[in-house]
Amino acid sequence: MIRKTLQSLSASALLALVSAQSWAAGSIDGAVTKRDLNWHAIIMFFIFVAFTLGITYWAARRTRSAKDFYAAGGGISGFQNGLAIAGDYMSAASFLGISAMVFDKGYDGLIYSIGFLVGWPVITFLVAERLRNLGKYTFADVASYRLGQTPVRSFAATGTLVVVALYLIAQMVGAGKLIQLLFGMDYTYAVVLVGILMVLYVMFGGMLATTWVQIIKAILLLSGASFMAFMVLKHSGFSFENMFAQAVEVKNMAAQALAAKAATASEVAAAAVASNAADASAAVASAAAAAKAADAAAKVNIMAPGGLVSNPIDAISLGLALMFGTAGLPHILMRFFTVKDAKEARKSVFYATGFIGYFYILTFIIGFGAITLVATNPDFKAAAGGLIGGSNMAAIHLANAVGGDFFLGFISAVAFATILAVVAGLTLSGASAVSHDLYASVIKKGKANEADEIRVSKITTLFLGVVAIVLGILFEKQNIAFMVGLAFSIAASANFPVLFLSMFWKGLTTRGAVIGGAIGLISAVVLIILGPAVWEVTLGNPKGSAPFAYSNPAIFSMTMAFFFTWLISVMDNSEQAQNERALFLPQFIRSMTGIGAEGASKH
Amino acid sequence: MDEALVERIQQNPKFKELVQKKGGFSWLLAVVMLVIYYGFILVIAFSPATLGTPLSAGSVTTVGIPVGVLIILSAFVITGIYVRRANTEFDRLTREVVEEAKQ
Repeated sequence: MIRKTLQSLSASALLALVSAQSWAAGSIDGAVTKRDLNWHAIIMFFIFVAFTLGITYWAARRTRSAKDFYAAGGGISGFQNGLAIAGDYMSAASFLGISAMVFDKGYDGLIYSIGFLVGWPVITFLVAERLRNLGKYTFADVASYRLGQTPVRSFAATGTLVVVALYLIAQMVGAGKLIQLLFGMDYTYAVVLVGILMVLYVMFGGMLATTWVQIIKAILLLSGASFMAFMVLKHSGFSFENMFAQAVEVKNMAAQALAAKAATASEVAAAAVASNAADASAAVASAAAAAKAADAAAKVNIMAPGGLVSNPIDAISLGLALMFGTAGLPHILMRFFTVKDAKEARKSVFYATGFIGYFYILTFIIGFGAITLVATNPDFKAAAGGLIGGSNMAAIHLANAVGGDFFLGFISAVAFATILAVVAGLTLSGASAVSHDLYASVIKKGKANEADEIRVSKITTLFLGVVAIVLGILFEKQNIAFMVGLAFSIAASANFPVLFLSMFWKGLTTRGAVIGGAIGLISAVVLIILGPAVWEVTLGNPKGSAPFAYSNPAIFSMTMAFFFTWLISVMDNSEQAQNERALFLPQFIRSMTGIGAEGASKH
Repeated sequence: MDEALVERIQQNPKFKELVQKKGGFSWLLAVVMLVIYYGFILVIAFSPATLGTPLSAGSVTTVGIPVGVLIILSAFVITGIYVRRANTEFDRLTREVVEEAKQ
């Protein structure tokens, strides 16, 4: 009994994680219906596209060297980079997903957003400056700093590409469905459009264009969300107590309505049974279902923690994946190379933490506002109950409720722009793993000329664009809810341990890094497949049959990665290992002082 | 980086001071953040009702709301504290170490 409860809890925790991060979960999953063309949204979106393509043109003329292409010449300021990092993190998924979670469950949504935020301070203290001082373009530069280039870079590039691929598929499928819902555009056209635009940004504008697209989108999203939160607060007379009281009132009324419905259904059922009617068993079943729904509604307390995090192991595991996964996401790590020095890197995470924290407070208010202003409005209700398009549309409907059609168009266009900016960042980090790590360092042994390296990068970008479009179309009808969760777990279990130990532990050797990291990667993948999210939800096995009971493997796979990396490193007595340990001191001095670190390019 | 330079920096008492102060401070703040977050998670896991207590008799707002918002603010404030000290004290030490190494 207890085991079963835990399993269902872990399944719901994972779904929640995923809906907070990707489109895939919940309502924008499977088939969605197309709406009529939304002209406000389409026009505003095309203004955004025209403007960002203008920026790409401007950036293309400034992007000459490899450093320009991968790292925007190192000339982004701390504040700008902070906005760009925040932009990478505030995906459309976290905007719609977290406000949807608040809309459904209230306080639990806040718990999730806190999990997404608290990794950032730790990254500031331990990772950001060292990374900037040691690396050039990719996190593999840092991981392989004193280790064997070929094996460590091959491993890091694999880790990068796997994370990027999973993330990209989830974003593409989400983009297609969202655009279908918001704009009334066909799924395939939407996916192709996203693919083409992202390739244009990255191929011609490199990191400079990608960063500015991200900054603009972050400003638009923060402004739009601020306006919505302001209108919600205005509605409740700028009193949080009022806002909460109204929302609780709405939820109570809904629960009472369900209870009344259940009572009627049970009377009908009783009468049917008494008269021995033919449909008695159907009436009993529907009464039972109504009672269950009423019971569930009565149990939801939006002002207190619900059932999401009542299993400590899953809660901690999820916390680890969110916290350290963030510190292992290649497209986020790459941002630290776009600033001029360690000081700017540190400042950029400070600003990012501020923007992200502010954003999560806004989404919390937006979620509560949606309970009061959207859930009570029949215009937004689907025939079957619930919102049109599902809970993930709560913030979008709220935009309509507080700002009319024009503002609805604005928020829809921002949501689309957000996806575009995130996929561009992902594509760039995937392309640099191929060109900088695999081509220039592994194949050409560091002797590639810069023009060739950039060319490989651009070809890879094009290739990734085509792959993303094809996979986006192939996965349209698949349940891919697990993919973003898996990407975070792999980032936390493969990329992060190797990166972290390479900077902090003298004893790390090539052999330890590659084998330990590979164990982390493989165990994360295997445990996710054996866990409820894939085993039960995607593969369709019965509930409770998953061999691995927890929805998030990070606590196990990350521990295994650290343990084996340590074990194999200490057992490694090769001559190469001795040299690698000896090289730690100069690396440490550079990471602390920045002597010998990459500067900004001068032009 | 040549060996003589590495040796010189390593022997510099200011470098030792930098490593000790900056390393210690970074880890301290990281632990503070982890304790705040996992403390919160453990309260939710083992005593969810605590956070559901009304702030005062008759209010709808629960203890959990200010606690949650304070955790978000604490992440920002702790980062700010670190950045402030690093921008002044640690950067000054670093600059001195780098300049002395060049001589």
